[in-house]
Amino acid sequence: MNKAVSLALLLFLFAGPAQAGGIGADDARHLLNRTGFGARLEEIEACAKLSREEALERLLAGTRISPNTPAPEWVNDWRSPRGLRQASVEERMKYQAELFRRGLELKNWWVREMLATSSPLTERMTLFWHNHFTSSLQKVRSANLVYRQNLLLRRHALGNFGELLHAVSRDPAMLVYLDAAASRRGQPNENFAREVMELFTLGEGKYAEADVKEAARAFTGWSVNPDSGVFMWRPFAHDTGVKGVLGRSGNLRGEDVLDILLAQPATAEFVTTKLWREFVSPAPSSEAERRDAARIAQRLRESGYDIKSALREVFLSDAFWSPENRGSLVKSPVELVVGTLRQLEVEVSDPLPFTLLLRRLGQDLFSPPNVKGWPGGEAWINATTLLARKQFLERITRADEGVREMRTMQPAPEGTPRPAVEARERALKVMQHVRFQPQNWLRQFGEQESAAQLVLLPGEPAGKGAGNSRGLDLVRALVSDPMYQLK
Amino acid sequence: MKRREFLSRTAMSAAALCLPGAVFAQAESAYRRLLVLVELKGGNDGLNTVVPYADDAYYSLRPQLAVKRDQVLQLDQRTGLHPAMQALMPLWQARELALVQGVGYPEPNLSHFRSIEIWDTASKSGETLSDGWLARAFAMRPAPVSFAADGVVVGGNDMGPLAGIHTRAVALTDTESFLRQARLANPAGKARNGALAHILRVEADVVQAAANLNADYAFRTEFPRNPFGQAVRTAAQIAANPAGVAVIRLSLGGFDTHRNQPAVHERLLGELSGGIAALKSALTEIGKWDSTLVMTYAEFGRRPQENGSMGTDHGTANAHFLAGGRVRGGLYGVPPDLTALDGGNLRFSIDYRNLYATLLERWWGVESARVLNGQFAALDVVRA
Repeated sequence: MNKAVSLALLLFLFAGPAQAGGIGADDARHLLNRTGFGARLEEIEACAKLSREEALERLLAGTRISPNTPAPEWVNDWRSPRGLRQASVEERMKYQAELFRRGLELKNWWVREMLATSSPLTERMTLFWHNHFTSSLQKVRSANLVYRQNLLLRRHALGNFGELLHAVSRDPAMLVYLDAAASRRGQPNENFAREVMELFTLGEGKYAEADVKEAARAFTGWSVNPDSGVFMWRPFAHDTGVKGVLGRSGNLRGEDVLDILLAQPATAEFVTTKLWREFVSPAPSSEAERRDAARIAQRLRESGYDIKSALREVFLSDAFWSPENRGSLVKSPVELVVGTLRQLEVEVSDPLPFTLLLRRLGQDLFSPPNVKGWPGGEAWINATTLLARKQFLERITRADEGVREMRTMQPAPEGTPRPAVEARERALKVMQHVRFQPQNWLRQFGEQESAAQLVLLPGEPAGKGAGNSRGLDLVRALVSDPMYQLK
Repeated sequence: MKRREFLSRTAMSAAALCLPGAVFAQAESAYRRLLVLVELKGGNDGLNTVVPYADDAYYSLRPQLAVKRDQVLQLDQRTGLHPAMQALMPLWQARELALVQGVGYPEPNLSHFRSIEIWDTASKSGETLSDGWLARAFAMRPAPVSFAADGVVVGGNDMGPLAGIHTRAVALTDTESFLRQARLANPAGKARNGALAHILRVEADVVQAAANLNADYAFRTEFPRNPFGQAVRTAAQIAANPAGVAVIRLSLGGFDTHRNQPAVHERLLGELSGGIAALKSALTEIGKWDSTLVMTYAEFGRRPQENGSMGTDHGTANAHFLAGGRVRGGLYGVPPDLTALDGGNLRFSIDYRNLYATLLERWWGVESARVLNGQFAALDVVRA
């Protein structure tokens, strides 16, 4: 686009309330940043001209259901963990090293997809479900299974919650993660049965201990074929007795229990609460907002758990657009890092340094801290992670200078496993080619460099802002403002 | 709610709950003594650390790995230390070193990941909690606002028992680079919502920590030239600052000795002992050894039966150390009964939360039951 025209348009769009049916750049930035990763000026401009309905239509219509980034080369090389317990220590160490290598590649693969995707909402929702239906590499011990789970989450990310629940419950990584694979008649393991109620559907306090015990019996027989790593039904392990769950009884199977859970109004309310926290604000804070939330839950249930219908309701709610709620959510590490790299148009040939950074920022992909997932919100920020965030922003906006500092990074501590040392060295090498080009980036604003604030911050700066600074100083002042941590 | 407000409210409610005659110290004086936690990452082999050298069962379970009788540093007729721990013997002789045997918990989990989470959050085996046990303690009973921080994690980024959003905790590798990084903090600004208020509060915490920490004290003590020795040096520097912190967490990694254990374990125990001895020397220099308590912990101990690779696999109950000028030295807990194993693993005799209760109540004067979600008796291991 002609830059002069672009600038004129920008000033026009930011100047005041929406005109000519368009939502205006302020709302466009809000919508795109809340539903994606750090929108660029040209994306904001394109969206600004649309009406709310058109913008939502565009956002929700073209969502991808599969990744574009080529899969890691090992995804079809299934290594059975069978016999590992009897294997020699050398073999186990080899398996461990390979697991580490694959796990890191998997994380890097996803970051690559998030950096490049044309459908950011798909990735945001895939991450949302990853944090809802958690599984971790540490427990599952197979990058292959975790990769397949990620594809499954993406396929259903904006589909149907009921189908997603059914699919993920039979997903091998999940069966391993929550010990369902080893659950059998007479010795049911309650882990999955408990979490499916507490964390996946109803929420705490909406079921009795007896429901957990009975449901655990219903899920017996669901297992994983160790030779292929796919779901396996073991009829002889299944408890065929009568079970009673939430007032329904009979010879219930796992599928029946999931349907019982889906029939409970609490499920839609629980999922809505999490969607609210992801997209709107930390929690509904007024009567009107509670009504908004109730309407979203109702829409979710009445649509037969259609996720897009619920999201449309979220994005049409007054609460979503309310000025009070702008800048009220903390960016997750993924949003901060991927968003910054996309927004500042930093070229990244290999995202490994940033994949490793996510761990330091507290969001190691495929390794949530526990089955509850990352608590998120304010918990993303403590003294350590805040300084690490700032250090990342400082380095990335220091252009060439940052690289020198990266080169002098201390060597890995003694005792660091070999694959981890190698990853670190590779990341250091990559960093030498990472460049933010402030002059190129600022050129889109022409003479009005200060307009960068409207793109980078969700509202007025919290600190003194950029003042009269220009060029690189301007960008650095904006990204170091506390408001940059918010969306 | 602002943090200070939150803190003062919780402090008030804690005070209101205090029963008459409660023995706990007043709010102002809690946390005045320093706690240094040392995590032995990977699961230290307690049996080869605190060695039951008179037990034949020990030698038959460990034909290759057992520490030989004549090499053990004898503590009494049946218990000795690994010979690499010579540096701790002066503390033992000064009655400043306590060894607690058989520390564990019911339904032990043998995953590193899960078991350290249990220890860090002081949860039951089957329960998932998000906040660290120290974070809960600080939320219920705040540390003095004048402190540089509630806690400092030296080396590593995981906040472990300090994880929690209301904890003023910083992680640093060394004080110098923390101070360099802290320049980036920028607490100025108006809070327009809860999230922004939280960020500005954390920025202020960083500034406060940075303003009150320096690395200026020149110790005469020579710190070991390995990473743990340098972490101890950092800990001593933090302790030398007048503003105070309640907790310093150190860690020493590499204890997951599935194979070729002897050389690795010898090195690690040597580094651990040398580090603790250096800490004593440095803190004695600045007159703070009497107000410091050092405690080790780990996710689990190791299997009594050695494996076929000159190593040991994940186990359960373990031995841990407490050291300090006010520690009542000696042996605590129950010596391991190697003839009554449970599925090949040791049975525990002291719940790890008994140790936490000891630290909270006897060291700090903080009520432990609410922090630990239950009553756990304190050990009588601290001198008045």
